[in-house]
Amino acid sequence: MPEPTAVSTMTDAPTNNNAVIIGAGQAGAQAAFSLRQQGFKGRVVLVGDEPTLPYQRPPLSKAYLAGELPEARLYIKPQGFYDKADIELLTSARVEGIDPGARQVRLAGGDTLAYRHLVLATGGRARRLNCPGADDPRVHYLRTLADVQGLQADFVAGKRLVVIGGGYVGLETAAVAARHGLQVTVLVARPAVLNRVCGPEVSRFFTRVHREAGVVLHCKTAVTAIRSEGGYLVVDTDAQYSLEADLVVAGIGLEPSTELAEAAGIACDNGISTDENGRCSVPDIYAAGDCASHPSAIYGRRMRLESVPNAVEQAKTVAASICGKNRPYTQVPWFWSDQYALKLQSAGVVSGFDLSVVRGDPETHSFAVFYYCAGRLIAVDAINRPAEFVAVRKLIEQGLSPGPEIVADDSISPADFEAAMPRGRAVASRG
Amino acid sequence: MTIKVTYIEHDGTEREVVVEEGVNLMDAALDNMVPGIDGDCGGVCACATCHVHVAPDWADKLPAMEDTENAMLELADSRDEYSRLACQITAEPTLDGLVLHTPIGQH
Repeated sequence: MPEPTAVSTMTDAPTNNNAVIIGAGQAGAQAAFSLRQQGFKGRVVLVGDEPTLPYQRPPLSKAYLAGELPEARLYIKPQGFYDKADIELLTSARVEGIDPGARQVRLAGGDTLAYRHLVLATGGRARRLNCPGADDPRVHYLRTLADVQGLQADFVAGKRLVVIGGGYVGLETAAVAARHGLQVTVLVARPAVLNRVCGPEVSRFFTRVHREAGVVLHCKTAVTAIRSEGGYLVVDTDAQYSLEADLVVAGIGLEPSTELAEAAGIACDNGISTDENGRCSVPDIYAAGDCASHPSAIYGRRMRLESVPNAVEQAKTVAASICGKNRPYTQVPWFWSDQYALKLQSAGVVSGFDLSVVRGDPETHSFAVFYYCAGRLIAVDAINRPAEFVAVRKLIEQGLSPGPEIVADDSISPADFEAAMPRGRAVASRG
Repeated sequence: MTIKVTYIEHDGTEREVVVEEGVNLMDAALDNMVPGIDGDCGGVCACATCHVHVAPDWADKLPAMEDTENAMLELADSRDEYSRLACQITAEPTLDGLVLHTPIGQH
């Protein structure tokens, strides 16, 4: 056996101190730029399977779908930033496999990329409908730029749109469509809209808002089949009725893209498992964004979040880890959704709450709902109430829980919640 | 119609850029390779990562802040009386010559 000198040469030579990032979405692009910002000198290769520059996904179901935003405005950064930061962007490039032993990434077409550090920012895919007829070309999803471009021809006033799913994507699509004069029906299999991400007061509010905008909305209604009647589609449901549609948009969740990681023997648990520094179970491999599940110190459990702030912050953490710095990911989760003239901002994660407290009057389209679990403030949904959103983000970050009697009192400014707490730091009581 | 806007980095580096009327000053920074303005939310006033300090001479020439911008700025490091979110400032003729300072935290 020869001496394993090749290994030390590889680690020491700066030219080999490279980083390969798989996935050129929000997390992948951020990781690339953050590596440079944190002083990484090696080669940075960002590999994406889409043909364009990395782009923002949130506007796909909002301003871009509405035709209010040109494609170039979706780009996270223009090409010049990549050139200047010396980030090599491989577009339309699909990764077929990872070989951690050989430290290689295998691309479709046979090329390989050697890596010293590997970042998995593989994101996820829109969950597909599995009912009969779901493969009709008039059935659309809303995850990629190509998805939106594929439905735009039919996204015009007078067309009949059936939206399947009552999450952020489904409702945002419905809101844009209603404003554009489409006839919109939303079918939700769950008992309420936004069921996974908000409490019942907020679900009821958005249900009402959509109905007032002319959207027909049915909950507890599952699609059983989609039939082509030639010129149009018929959507069959388990609720004894069928709907005619010119197009269908399904927003029924995201499946994290973990196949590459699993095939490479990297531990996954509802996403690619990382520690608080973004490290995976295999050395020198990291994960960030929609594909990654991280241990949350705030909530005491493993979590996978689908949001821009999560992608950005996890990517910064991963870049820091690669640069030998300790920057654990501890951000309070937060989300936003724009529908009609409403800005929904959520901080924290709602699941597991045992008490919700409403501040303000939903009738005014400006209110907030605070969620508690065992007396601890865990989340807020703020509708046209940015100050409440900002205050709760900070409070959760500091581990502070103003009680229900404080947050329900609309005469106390959100900035003063902490000051209103007994001795400044009391634990919430059940009021 | 275009105006000139100068972005000054925390280390004093100045960049004068030409901005089309109607374009917001976060997009203008991105278009012109101005560092220090992230704009993670894409300009919908949801994230406070396009925080700028307006040169004091210009502060009262800008349109007043809306509640959302004011609230979101509470999340920005080093907020002061001249703080604004660049995505909420739109280029218009009265702002020709505007000077903005980008904070160190976004670099």
